[in-house]
Amino acid sequence: MLKPWLGRAAVLALPALPTLLAMLTTAVLFILFLLIQGQPAWQAGPLVFEGAFGSMFAWENTLMRAAPLMLTALCVALPARAGLIIIGGEGALVLGGLAAAVTPLWLPALPAWPMLIAMGVAAMLAGGLWIGLSGWLRQKRGVNETIGSLLLSYIALAIFRHLVEGPLRDPNSLNKPSTPPLDGSYQIGVISDSFYVHWGLVAGVVACVLAWVFVRYSVVGFSLRIVGGNPRTPRMLGLPVDRLVLLTCVLGGAAAGLAGMYEVSAVQGSANTALISGYGTAGILVAFAARHNPLGIIVCAILLGGLEASGGLLQRRLGLPDATTLILQGILFINLLAWEALTRRTLDWRLWLRGHWIAAPPSRTGTTEASHG
Amino acid sequence: MAESELSIFLLALLAGAIRVGTPFLFVSLGECLTEKGGRINLGLEGILVTGAMTGYAVSYLSGSPWLGVLAAGLSGLALGLVHGVICSLPRVNDIAFGIALILFGTGLAFFLGKDFIQPSAPMLPSIPLGFWSDDTRVRSALNVNVLFFIGVALAFVLHWGLRGTRWGLVLRLVGDHQDSAQALGYRAAGVRILATGVGGFLAGVGGAYLSLYYPGSWNEGLSSGQGLMAVALVIFARWQPINCLWAALLFGAAGAVGPALQAIGIGWGYYLFNAIPYVLTLAVMVITCRPDRTLSGAPGELSLNR
Repeated sequence: MLKPWLGRAAVLALPALPTLLAMLTTAVLFILFLLIQGQPAWQAGPLVFEGAFGSMFAWENTLMRAAPLMLTALCVALPARAGLIIIGGEGALVLGGLAAAVTPLWLPALPAWPMLIAMGVAAMLAGGLWIGLSGWLRQKRGVNETIGSLLLSYIALAIFRHLVEGPLRDPNSLNKPSTPPLDGSYQIGVISDSFYVHWGLVAGVVACVLAWVFVRYSVVGFSLRIVGGNPRTPRMLGLPVDRLVLLTCVLGGAAAGLAGMYEVSAVQGSANTALISGYGTAGILVAFAARHNPLGIIVCAILLGGLEASGGLLQRRLGLPDATTLILQGILFINLLAWEALTRRTLDWRLWLRGHWIAAPPSRTGTTEASHG
Repeated sequence: MAESELSIFLLALLAGAIRVGTPFLFVSLGECLTEKGGRINLGLEGILVTGAMTGYAVSYLSGSPWLGVLAAGLSGLALGLVHGVICSLPRVNDIAFGIALILFGTGLAFFLGKDFIQPSAPMLPSIPLGFWSDDTRVRSALNVNVLFFIGVALAFVLHWGLRGTRWGLVLRLVGDHQDSAQALGYRAAGVRILATGVGGFLAGVGGAYLSLYYPGSWNEGLSSGQGLMAVALVIFARWQPINCLWAALLFGAAGAVGPALQAIGIGWGYYLFNAIPYVLTLAVMVITCRPDRTLSGAPGELSLNR
């Protein structure tokens, strides 16, 4: 006989089924792709794992990449709660990084902590304004937010390049145009010498947890669920839809801007074009993989950070091009969305399981017979 | 002196409108066709890059640039069909899937295209319309690629086809009102898959133009978002193929401002001038879109007009 607890476990596991199937088909398709290319596919799989989680160094590398991904994923996930697909996180990240890099130049000399807070605030303002603009354009002017945010992101990259290679360029940065380097005391260090990951990781995790509490337990978060579910209901209820949408955009943009600040003050030491490294784009994938659930983002960001961290190892050991991880991300994204088609079925299965496996009461047949008699 | 500089600038702008605008034309016609069926394919950006790589590789390997264009179109057709088929599954968001296709298409192109960055492939021929002039600048400006004329012809053919043929009417019906189409016995999913596939073919050809004519080489920084701007361009053109032609020329001219200024020795703000097409796109959308009503001419089933 089937045990009820097994049924309960199945009910709990069912929502994760599409994601698990997506990962499985991704692995199969990726191996097939490498085999067609005549590449040693059987070595690539274990290497991805080794490069991502195989050693302390791999873990540090993975988490270092996961930190900005958590923040840029929030830039997608928070507006998605209100039903918007924002994909301009890259622009918010570089503008945030630039704002953080120039804050110490424009403010009088301050002790480290107040200055770091000022840099963080400047970065969050820059990012929040930029994504907030996308939300405003959508609510007030009817401009599609997906295209609008992407165009704004391109414009942000152009402004960034112009300023870094022009007016804000440090004349001493010869072959890699940068803003003047940050003073050593304004640079953010690592968590500890035995755990060589910068504090951006803590910021990312804290931001995700706060976002989870916000969307799950606050009144605003509940209103957002109504706004995201249907465009008409919230207006009939008298919810301030425009303000709610703007709020999610500003918060999301602030998160992406903060990612830029950590990239500048903990990794690069100044604002330069190395900031444009695709964290914004990869954040979209993380948010969709996590189904816009902030806690899921933490897990998915670590997984994707690992995937990106393993790229170097694939390149060195197997001679695969650096685009390998990009293609793997693409296949993963396609599969995640395609298996989404299963969600309606999983709901049915869940109800069926509930009825037939867990709570199959033996007494019911008895009562029906009794009533007949 | 100033006058001659102005004429050089204007000439460069005119030449740029055609030269930079041609890929816009192909991608926007492809997107127009897709959107007429009621779907949006943001993945045309990825298809454009894949098409550019495929076209370049096949042209290099076979020695025939036209074979390259065909192969680029076919690669676009394949990716377009993937988009069409998977978005026909229930609950799959076409905009999100487009983003996935951008990642996949660029990844595929960068992966397979590594070996083709160095060698030089035979380029597409152009028609010297400036033969009458002695001025080399005029001559080079009026060297117009054959694909441009094909694109212009295609715009008119599509304009006619969408109005005057059974195929066009079915496509528009599916895009405007799915239920009516189904009541008449047409399968909406099949029509949309086909429209997305053909749209992908055109975007692939647009990509081949990038790698086989202008800028005329294959590298990883080849596309600068033309595929995405095409989506906005179609909105600007109000889903009319002929308007797509004018819009593509306008965007081409906007994209040529930076290089044209460089031609007369103004190097300041290179990146800012290169961002003009994005600003223009955004401005156009702000002017044409309204939050309280859908645009005239917009296909009714488009998720853009929720």
